[in-house]
Order: sequence, then C-alpha cells, then structure tokens
Amino acid sequence: MDPYALKTLNAERRARRAAILVTDLGDGRDRIVREGDQVAGDLGAATARAFRSGNSGSVEAEGRTFFLNAHLPQPRLVVIGAVHISQALAPMARIAGYPLEIIDPRTAFATPDRFPDVALHAEWPEDVLKRQPLDSYTALAAVTHDPKIDDFALKAALDANCFYVGALGSRKTHAKRVERLLALGASAEQIARIHAPIGLDIGAASPAEIAVAVLAQTIYAFRSRGLDTKGAVA
Amino acid sequence: MDDSIYLDEARDPLIIAEGWMKDGKDVAIATVVETWGSAPRPVGSHLVIDAEGNFHGSVSGGCVEGAVVSEAVDVIGSGKAKMLEFGVADETAWQVGLSCGGRIKVYVERLG
Repeated sequence: MDPYALKTLNAERRARRAAILVTDLGDGRDRIVREGDQVAGDLGAATARAFRSGNSGSVEAEGRTFFLNAHLPQPRLVVIGAVHISQALAPMARIAGYPLEIIDPRTAFATPDRFPDVALHAEWPEDVLKRQPLDSYTALAAVTHDPKIDDFALKAALDANCFYVGALGSRKTHAKRVERLLALGASAEQIARIHAPIGLDIGAASPAEIAVAVLAQTIYAFRSRGLDTKGAVA
Repeated sequence: MDDSIYLDEARDPLIIAEGWMKDGKDVAIATVVETWGSAPRPVGSHLVIDAEGNFHGSVSGGCVEGAVVSEAVDVIGSGKAKMLEFGVADETAWQVGLSCGGRIKVYVERLG
C-alpha cells in the first residue's frame, strides 16, 4: 500500500467523508477515490455502487482485477425535538444502525427520564451544532413545530448537505416555513430538499407510526444517495 | 456496523498502521478480499502487522491470524505482496483452518 494513500484514507475517515481504496490486485498499485470523483468505465460504475452500498469487493475492469475497499462514515440521525415521536424513533433508529441524538432546549421535554440511554442535549441547536457540526452523513429531522427551535437547525442541515432533511408539519405550516428559510438566506433549490410533510406516506397516524415513516425515509435517502435528491422518494 | 460515529483511534488498524509508519516501523497490511460461506469477518477487514510480529485488527475470529502474521513478516522482508487462502477445503486445514467451515482470501502487502 502506498503510504500516501493510507494517510489520505485516514484523513478522509477522520473527517467523516466517504472514500474507496482501489487496489490493483495484479501489480499492487493503489489509489484513493473520493465521493464525487470522476472514474471512467466499468471501474467507475463499480465505485459508484460501492459508495451507495458501502460494500467492499473485487471487480474486473479493463482486463484487470481491482479490490475496492469502501470506507463510509457511520450515518447518524439528529432529531430536533424531544417529543413523543422522538421517544419512539430513538430505539428504532438504534436497531436499524443509525445512532441518534436529540436536541431540545426545553428542559421539560429533554429529560433522561423520558429518553433513557439516548444522547440528549437540553440546549439550543445553535450551541450543540457549533460543537458537533452536521455533515453529509448525518440526517436531520426537525419535529418540534416551533420555528424558534427548528429553523436554525434546518438551515444548518441544508448548508451542511445532510443526506436527509425532514420537517414535521402540514403543507400550510411548511409554506410559512419556506418563507422564513428564504429570509434566512436558503435557496429555493436547497429548500426543495426538505421532506415536508415528514416521512414516507404510509398513512402513519400515531407518533410511533410517524417514527417508522421518518426512519424509512431516512434509510431510503441514505441508500439512494447520488441517484437523485428528493425526486427519488415518490 | 460500529455504533460510534467517530473512529476508535486506539483500536482502528489503519490508524495504528499509520502511527507505526510515522515511528519508522516496517508494516504489512492484510485485507480480507473475498469470503465464501460463514466467514467470521467481512470483506474489507484488516489485520496490520509490524516486522516484529506485533499485530492489530483481525481477518477471522482468531483462527488464521497466526499464519497471516508469519506470512506478513515475509512480505515485509521481500516487499512482494501475497494472496493467501484459508478454509476447510484447503490442504492446510488441519493446521490453520476456519472452524466455522467458511473460506477466506486474504491479500497481504507491505506498506511503502
């Protein structure tokens, strides 16, 4: 392995960015491919697949055998709002492999009693996200219904290119939210990435069912990264 | 899937390999490149080895690490990468094999 490739790979992994180490098993030469890099031909198709699935494996391309070792950051879910939906979502997300954190400055909501074994921040999103910035391997679901709490986090999620951004509220509520986000400087294209009303349309009625819809939409968004943005979710 | 969202730097084989390299050590990296059946560690898993035979990480549940380490010390010496195969179907199965019945292919290469 090329020492420079190892250093580059580790730097990408530390920064929570996806990278693939491509090794030619014939001559041992290797190189790093970052997400978004242009790679031609069959090898390019294989790296695109590996970025989506996170699976490593061998591939035949241009008469050679390459080993693709895919290093994807652990996806995570940040929920704004320590509400009933979040109580159901926390254990579900953990089981599905998406570690979850909850942010809500309302100390009556954000109590360890209501959220046992959950990373919980009884603080404003502004303060938490300054310490722990969002990134493209983070999903954000804003479920407080309160613009004072949700709006900043939604704008931050769009700016950080979170792979999923969802916001609770009716179409009417969302229309008002769009106006506020435009005023905060978000572009119409960014705002179009927000899933609102939140969650896949499974007819969810209870808080727990809404949690299922949100988690399913998060997983769908993660597994279809780079295919399309919101349009991929019908 | 690891539950932490950050790297476990103290146990991460590739981070350790980079640290060894900075300390001026000779290092080999072993990688699971193919598995059949019930292999204990997934494709892409690493074992890193230094010239004294110190190692971190794993390519199996501990069944073949010893053999990989001794091959890795050779690879560090020669600089020539090797493809190793382990499994019950292998002739060496009586010495080093996978008790789970799976088969794995491990690529061993020198760092630098």
